[in-house]
Amino acid sequence: MMLTRQRADEIFEKVLKYSTADETEVMISSSAHALTRFANNTIHQNVAEEAESLSVRLVSEGRMARASTNKFDEASIRQLCEDALALARLRPPDPDLLPMPGPQTYRAVNRFFNETAQLTPQTRAETVAQVVARAEQDHLTAAGAFSSGSSAYALLNSRGMQTFHEETMAEFSVTVMSDTSSGWAKKTAPYWMELEPLELAERAVRKALASREPHEITPGWYTVILEPAAMLDLLGFMVLDFSGLAVHEQRSCFTGRLGQKVLGENINFRDDVFHPLQSGAPFDGEGIPRQRVPIVEKGEVKNLVYARQTAHKVGAQPTGHGFPLPNEMGEAPINIVMDGDRATVEDMIRTTERGLLVTRFWYIREVDPYRKILTGMTRDGTFWIEDGQVRHGVRNLRFNQSLVDMLGQVEMMSPPQRTAGEESFEMVVPAVKVREFNFASATRY
Amino acid sequence: MKEFAAWALDTALARGATYAEVRVLDTRQRYLSTKNGQCSQVRESQSLGLGVRVIAGGAWGFASTDNLTRANIDRTAALAVEIARASALAKKHDVRLAPEEKIVDRWAAPCRIDPFSIPISSCLELMLKVDGELRKVQGVTLAETSMDFRRVEQLFLSSLGSEIYQLKTQTGAGYVATSFAGNEIQRRSYPNSFGGQYQTKGYELVGELNLLENARRIAEEAVALHKCDQCPAGVKDIILDSSQLGLQIHESIGHPIELDRVLGSEANFAGMSFLTLDKLGTLKYASDIVNVVADATPAHGPGLGTFAYDDEGVPAQCTPIIKDGRFVGYLTSRETAPAVGRKQSSGAMRAESWNRIPLIRMTNVSMRPGTWKPEDLIADTDDGIYLETNRSWSIDDRRYNFQFGTEIGWEIRGGKKTRMLKNPSYGGISTDFWNSCDAICGPEYWTLWGTPNCGKGQPMQTMGTGHGASPARFRKVQVGVAYPG
Repeated sequence: MMLTRQRADEIFEKVLKYSTADETEVMISSSAHALTRFANNTIHQNVAEEAESLSVRLVSEGRMARASTNKFDEASIRQLCEDALALARLRPPDPDLLPMPGPQTYRAVNRFFNETAQLTPQTRAETVAQVVARAEQDHLTAAGAFSSGSSAYALLNSRGMQTFHEETMAEFSVTVMSDTSSGWAKKTAPYWMELEPLELAERAVRKALASREPHEITPGWYTVILEPAAMLDLLGFMVLDFSGLAVHEQRSCFTGRLGQKVLGENINFRDDVFHPLQSGAPFDGEGIPRQRVPIVEKGEVKNLVYARQTAHKVGAQPTGHGFPLPNEMGEAPINIVMDGDRATVEDMIRTTERGLLVTRFWYIREVDPYRKILTGMTRDGTFWIEDGQVRHGVRNLRFNQSLVDMLGQVEMMSPPQRTAGEESFEMVVPAVKVREFNFASATRY
Repeated sequence: MKEFAAWALDTALARGATYAEVRVLDTRQRYLSTKNGQCSQVRESQSLGLGVRVIAGGAWGFASTDNLTRANIDRTAALAVEIARASALAKKHDVRLAPEEKIVDRWAAPCRIDPFSIPISSCLELMLKVDGELRKVQGVTLAETSMDFRRVEQLFLSSLGSEIYQLKTQTGAGYVATSFAGNEIQRRSYPNSFGGQYQTKGYELVGELNLLENARRIAEEAVALHKCDQCPAGVKDIILDSSQLGLQIHESIGHPIELDRVLGSEANFAGMSFLTLDKLGTLKYASDIVNVVADATPAHGPGLGTFAYDDEGVPAQCTPIIKDGRFVGYLTSRETAPAVGRKQSSGAMRAESWNRIPLIRMTNVSMRPGTWKPEDLIADTDDGIYLETNRSWSIDDRRYNFQFGTEIGWEIRGGKKTRMLKNPSYGGISTDFWNSCDAICGPEYWTLWGTPNCGKGQPMQTMGTGHGASPARFRKVQVGVAYPG
């Protein structure tokens, strides 16, 4: 049974009955998710999960500890409170710890759709069967995943802060393969009908067909057109650098660079949980309302995000981006919206003399934390462009590229769209055309 | 536990499952951390739940819950069967499993000191001492330490009549010194990066790691990296320390030998493998001196891939993977083993918790030690680089083109370890690389490393794997590849 506000209140009252700490925070989460997975044109894994957890953060004489359980009976809740208090008492006090926040005001968001919450395994299986049939029509092999589910989350504390969020989420991703190539497409949405699985399958089929018998090209510096998923998965490696605590602790690539134009004049992004294409709760891990924060304006990092603790430490205002306490990371913007422009991917191709079109990247890792050099591979559809036209597929390439430098070399952008990848959480980002992107080596397929 | 599992098994079979297995897991975890002289995290969690995996209508279904009432367990088991019947709507053939014996057994991993019995004040005292030692070195801008304890109690019941109880305790500990200066962030970690060392044993691991004794050296190296030369680009001989070699094994041997990848099950997410079926027994994977096993048996050591039975109820085994350089074995499951002519699974099916299905996962994929001493290996190297402690890792979706970076390197000239090098990196093609291995250090330098964060599957599962390795040399490798010219 999914968590409701009323049940959250009842659990909170039980915790308060047993907590003898100075301050008590209760986080309750509940979820029901199902996922149908297919490969080799057949369903091979098909799962469902329901789970509920109760997490208590207690503060006693300036000492804080967290304990969590998924047992909700009276004895377990009592034990949880005792355990958390015992843990807190054995640690040294934290001189920087703030009192818990009081009541807050939240702007509502509606991200729950019954159609998604109630999607059946039969519907998922029938959809998969249609996608497989489309791949088989061109003698191709399909693999992918179709998931759906709902979650609810309540946060309450003994100073009167209480908030609740529920949402649904669905995801469809598909890889279509020939003997020598592959294509991929993916979408996520709170309302499952927006996924358009057959449209995604069509896109993956077209990429697989167009990249058959890929050519090998010499690694080097190329103009690249990054489809939104490729752009997203790179940008995901920068979100933690916009944390106020990361800059304060000198572990951000923007340490010493605030107020400087480190990115291109055409680069703007903000964090905006209320954007219609965004998802997630309108409050952070301490219950502070999330604010819209303009982060990068005309290539300059104008603002960082701050949890309450960080804001107090550095003399800033909290922005509602903190992770649940205790944590080491502080905060991060997790609802990034990057501005785009009016170009289409076709416009970008048409204006490219020699370059590459990248569907997505794979296994991206940070090589250098300050220069923000990332490495990774292209995957599932990389194409050679010559004289304004896509000519053929190419074998996958490894890149070593500074993301900071890359965001200074963006020549064209599409309108931004809600985008899903595999290395980052979803954001709203455009496709981009970038000059001088460094590919360091090639693989043999 | 047994009552819950039996209810689920009975219901699944009553609903028409032709095969059913139930896992009940009770997991307790404690995580402690410090940062710059302050206690940062003190948290503990407990999770109890049940998962039911069935075959019905010739297809798989799985459902899980942590609401362990009789009615809800029955509903969950029935849902697993309903999901299996939905899977059958898009099946190509019926699922068939390699035969397995009924097993009734209990096993507990050796644990000399229960980490949950150690007062957290004692743990934090040691961690803050390490932290203090790191920050005594001028130039260290961030000092972080952590300890991570986990106890997993699991009961497995299957319709074969198996009933297997296993208890495992895992311990992890480590620290990192970060230094920011000029336009550079440098880090040194001990005993390994990304959380330190992890093993399936108790708090005795913490005593074995000599955490405090190494703190000053690690901090000094983090600061010294700013002033040393950049790792040159070119072709050189390299010697990998055992922790980096452990990760090299993980990425370029451990993942490609997972038979589900080879057969396409992970094509949409984790990818496939260059080790297509025709390569079994024929591919010269590595040089003649390289021998690799996937060994889950307790005799191999307290690795994160050590157990008595896998999550399909198959006994732990030692599977030869590379024998005298030749590729001879995959990691398999009951469903995939027949594809490579095996009569029995190699016992490599592992699930993250009660709410996940078992997948083919690495156990302890380890390279057998050789006979060299590290000092002799360096003395025998004319123009090379010694690389230590992983900083970045990336490999393509068929596990062929890889690139690694390490935290620190040392130039070797004329048989001597000379100047320190910063930002070292190397890259290559898996089989070319392993065939270039010409020297492996002996058993006294062999360490069974724990990789606690291996991701695979949808929904994502994180699994701990073990990798035994001793330092080894590889000839003519591209180095300095990660930094664009």
